[in-house]
Amino acid sequence: MSYIPHTAAETQDMLAKIGVASFDELFDAVPAGQRFPTLDLPPAMSEMEIAAEMLAISEANDHAGDFAMFRGAGAYHHFIPSVVNHMLLRGEFYTAYTPYQPEISQGTLQATYEYQSMMCALTGMDAANASHYDGATSLAEAVTVALEVSRNRRKKIILSHAIHPQYREVLRTYHQGKDIRIIGDRGRGELVDLMEMLDSNTAMVAVQYPNFFGQVEDLRRLADTVHASGGLLVVVANPLALSLFTPPGEFGADIVVGEGQPLGIPLTFGGPYLGYFAIKQRLVRKIAGRIIGETVDVEGKRAYVMTLRPREQDIKRERATSNICTNQGLMALAAAVYLSLMGKNGLRQVGELNYHKAHYAAAQIDRLDGYSVDMTKPFFNEFVVACPRPIAEINAALLDAGVIGGYDLAQHYYHLPNHMLLCVTECNTRAEIDRLVDILEGLR
Amino acid sequence: MGQWNTPAELRYAKSDEWFALNGNVVSIGITDYAQDQLNDIVYVEYRDAGDQLSAGDSFGEVESVKAASELYSAVSGEIIDVNTQLEEEPEVVNADPYGAGWMIKVRIDDASQLDALMDAAAYAAYCDSR
Amino acid sequence: MSEPIIYDLSAPGRSGVNLPAPDVPTAPLPNELLRDDLPLPEVGELQVVRHFVRLSQLNYSIDTGLYPLGSCTMKYNPKINEDAARLPGLAQLHPLADPESCQGAMMLMHELQSWLGEISGFEAVSLTPAAGAQGEFAGILMIRQYHIDRGEPERDIILVPDSAHGTNPATVTMAGLRMQQLPANAAGEVDLDALHEACSGENAGQIAGMMMTMPSTLGLFEPNIAQVIERVQSVGGLMYMDGANMNALMAVVKPGKLGFDCMHYNLHKTFSTPHGGGGPGSGAVGVNARLRDYLPGPVVRRDALPGDAAADDEVPSARYDWHMPSKSIGRLKAFAGNFGMHLRAYAYIRAYGGEGLRQVTRCAVLNANYLREKLRGEYALPYDQTADGARRYCGHEFVVRGAFDDAPGVHALDISKRLIDYGFHPPTNYFPLIVPEALLIEPTETESKDDLDKLAEAMRSIAKEARETPQLLQDAPSTAPVRRLDEAKAARQLHLCCPAARPGA
Repeated sequence: MSYIPHTAAETQDMLAKIGVASFDELFDAVPAGQRFPTLDLPPAMSEMEIAAEMLAISEANDHAGDFAMFRGAGAYHHFIPSVVNHMLLRGEFYTAYTPYQPEISQGTLQATYEYQSMMCALTGMDAANASHYDGATSLAEAVTVALEVSRNRRKKIILSHAIHPQYREVLRTYHQGKDIRIIGDRGRGELVDLMEMLDSNTAMVAVQYPNFFGQVEDLRRLADTVHASGGLLVVVANPLALSLFTPPGEFGADIVVGEGQPLGIPLTFGGPYLGYFAIKQRLVRKIAGRIIGETVDVEGKRAYVMTLRPREQDIKRERATSNICTNQGLMALAAAVYLSLMGKNGLRQVGELNYHKAHYAAAQIDRLDGYSVDMTKPFFNEFVVACPRPIAEINAALLDAGVIGGYDLAQHYYHLPNHMLLCVTECNTRAEIDRLVDILEGLR
Repeated sequence: MGQWNTPAELRYAKSDEWFALNGNVVSIGITDYAQDQLNDIVYVEYRDAGDQLSAGDSFGEVESVKAASELYSAVSGEIIDVNTQLEEEPEVVNADPYGAGWMIKVRIDDASQLDALMDAAAYAAYCDSR
Repeated sequence: MSEPIIYDLSAPGRSGVNLPAPDVPTAPLPNELLRDDLPLPEVGELQVVRHFVRLSQLNYSIDTGLYPLGSCTMKYNPKINEDAARLPGLAQLHPLADPESCQGAMMLMHELQSWLGEISGFEAVSLTPAAGAQGEFAGILMIRQYHIDRGEPERDIILVPDSAHGTNPATVTMAGLRMQQLPANAAGEVDLDALHEACSGENAGQIAGMMMTMPSTLGLFEPNIAQVIERVQSVGGLMYMDGANMNALMAVVKPGKLGFDCMHYNLHKTFSTPHGGGGPGSGAVGVNARLRDYLPGPVVRRDALPGDAAADDEVPSARYDWHMPSKSIGRLKAFAGNFGMHLRAYAYIRAYGGEGLRQVTRCAVLNANYLREKLRGEYALPYDQTADGARRYCGHEFVVRGAFDDAPGVHALDISKRLIDYGFHPPTNYFPLIVPEALLIEPTETESKDDLDKLAEAMRSIAKEARETPQLLQDAPSTAPVRRLDEAKAARQLHLCCPAARPGA
């Protein structure tokens, strides 16, 4: 049957060795009245039938393979070199587990160390861990670190409203059992407004870079002001944007977190993604989750191992600050392979392609009657378009023409009706962009 | 005679810290038994000098490769000094738990606080019994 | 030979990708916001391929051998599921697609929700938790909010057996509640006297709930489970089940029908989604009627459409949409869970059907009991009898004592490391904590009798070596890519980042 190798004869031999006549005897400790229920599930399928079923489900979706994709808002359609998938399909990587036995896990350990190193390179930070579930949970874990750093004396968390709305929701979910205040993101606050909220009770300020609206802001003054008040600056950064823009480590971020999905990980309807978490050296022992360090074996040979282990839940139990156990190991591997292939020049080239195509699209759309693009601040590959009609109508018309339109900002920002967040990446050809502009022009 | 060193001039807590009174200042560290149980100590962290401690408070944490333990003060008072050398060289706690491996110094008002703690003989017996 | 670090393969000007030139006019870059340096390596495509293939060869994996890592359920990961995950309509689907554009994916999630509910006897399931630990966190937050809504915020104690996974107590703390540990009795079961004590007097009104693993982390079915559940619920507490060991329960018992209020599933264990070298996992959470409105969201809701769908296959019979439960504890991830794991679990359940899943559990339990019998006499088997001295069988895993009275210098870790030399992945070491020198062994149903016989033979041989040539164990492994590591050095002198990756390097 399916993936079970037992023959009838073997099963009988094994039952005899145990000394029972049937399988059922092995379950005699289960309450009799509840034992062996029927499961009302669809009947078993052969591999051929499964392949057909999965294909049918796949084809019932409108995806970036068939449609021109202009939606981002935290999940991005980027080019993934073929090598990345081939490496992920190595059974030695994807069918291994947590490297508890370092002697036979050096592949996972070294690849993760390389991932950590390249995330430090991108962010300008001193150390990165082996990953969290996604960008949102990385941000939530940053709050825990900030509270710990203040020894739970500071109780205020200040968030910019220009952080991804769903990240802010996750942060609130994580900390609902704690006696802290989370403020700053209810209005349209600019960076200066966040600075005014700072006080000696503030554990951290978090901002997004580029922010949710795609804009790249100069965060130097904010960093200095936060530090003067004794809090931490946490920056949620799109790692692909860091191919071009000043790394947060350089302007004083204490923790940099974010979504690693743009680095070689497919959209897959929202996950698995890659929460990256990078930190300054002086805070490194507060980091949650797994982290890989270099050491030597008894013969002096260079080797890698999970380190700072006593902070983790399996050792520290109720005194641990996070219960995280699995990370997104395979996705960290994807990012490591992607960054190795791209390298210094390739990644910058991808960043520039995003920048130029987004700016071309923004300029074309801004010329249309009834549309205007907010170009008051520099932006990377996303920008806000004020539209003449509700976004749902525009997106429906775009979809009919084979285009997946932007994200409807009114869903979370009530002051932005008829505003769309558009995303343009290296995957969008000039022809696609021109088609988008043409359709929009017809929708005045 | 136990297998662990327990200097006669010190006082001991059940949570395996030692206490040395010098005037109105108590030095605190962990015992030879504790460092042996923890094995390779890799990190030590304390609260800040200037903090007030009440008897029974945690004053920090010690980590080995496979374990993390809270450090407890059996006395009340103000932390006046911490051993910063251990932040760089935590292995000193393994090598010299009663000397260079001291952790914090606490100024106390009332020396009688130490009376409730074990003496060396009682502590040695306590270690042997575990 | 060790494999160089990727930075050591770097040479200026090399590249591993071939990208197109811009097909649009270029825009001026904002110089004042740009970085100076990007310290990434520069490596050719073939060199990158060889580097990561060589690294992969330093790993032990299910695809290369038996992986009896207790409590992790390292079963075969079907290849067809990897193919399915790479279909463009699944891999290239945007999480913020309009519902009309992703009805296939939402149907899949809806079916998986209802199948998981059926398998465990729960009313409702949310797929959003990214891992078992996040499922636990969701469960305890739901229990917390349930008591608050009933006007009993003082209920803040969660009872946790001392044999529990470390995630259980850590979860309780994370949710802002207090853990009270319950000792095991001499048979490794919940000590009913201690439970009664904890549920009495002033404590009774503070009990929020209890977390239990079924079968327990010793691999044993709790014979008094009905009394435990009854006792906790009688004082107003809710029962949470850690579903890590669900591979011993499918079509054997439904936790929801036993009386549990809530549990998490580990799709990467029971439902064979790959472990990925440490993740991604997926930790769906199921609840009974009283907690369903508290589920983390969004969940997928199915609305039947009017019309006679049966007569025409082209007309959809239902529309699927996102739904945030009315009292939801909130969102746990930016998007709706690890969909890539959902689709693999969907395909896995599809391959077996209900009776097939019963056979999965039967064979998982058969393999564990068989291996345990093969080791009897060679290794001590703690908690081998019930409290009244009767014979007992294990679930899908079991514990042996990894030490011998006549080989005092040998520890469980040495046995594990020696198993590497024999070509096997070691069992879980030093867990559960209540068994000194524990080795927790979980063979899973996808291992054949032949391979179990070989593992038993290796363990018997190691037991002999422990007495005759203990140094062989203490020096092991000798055949792995590296020998035992200096973990103290790794923790004292933290090297977490390659120096070449630092700015200005």
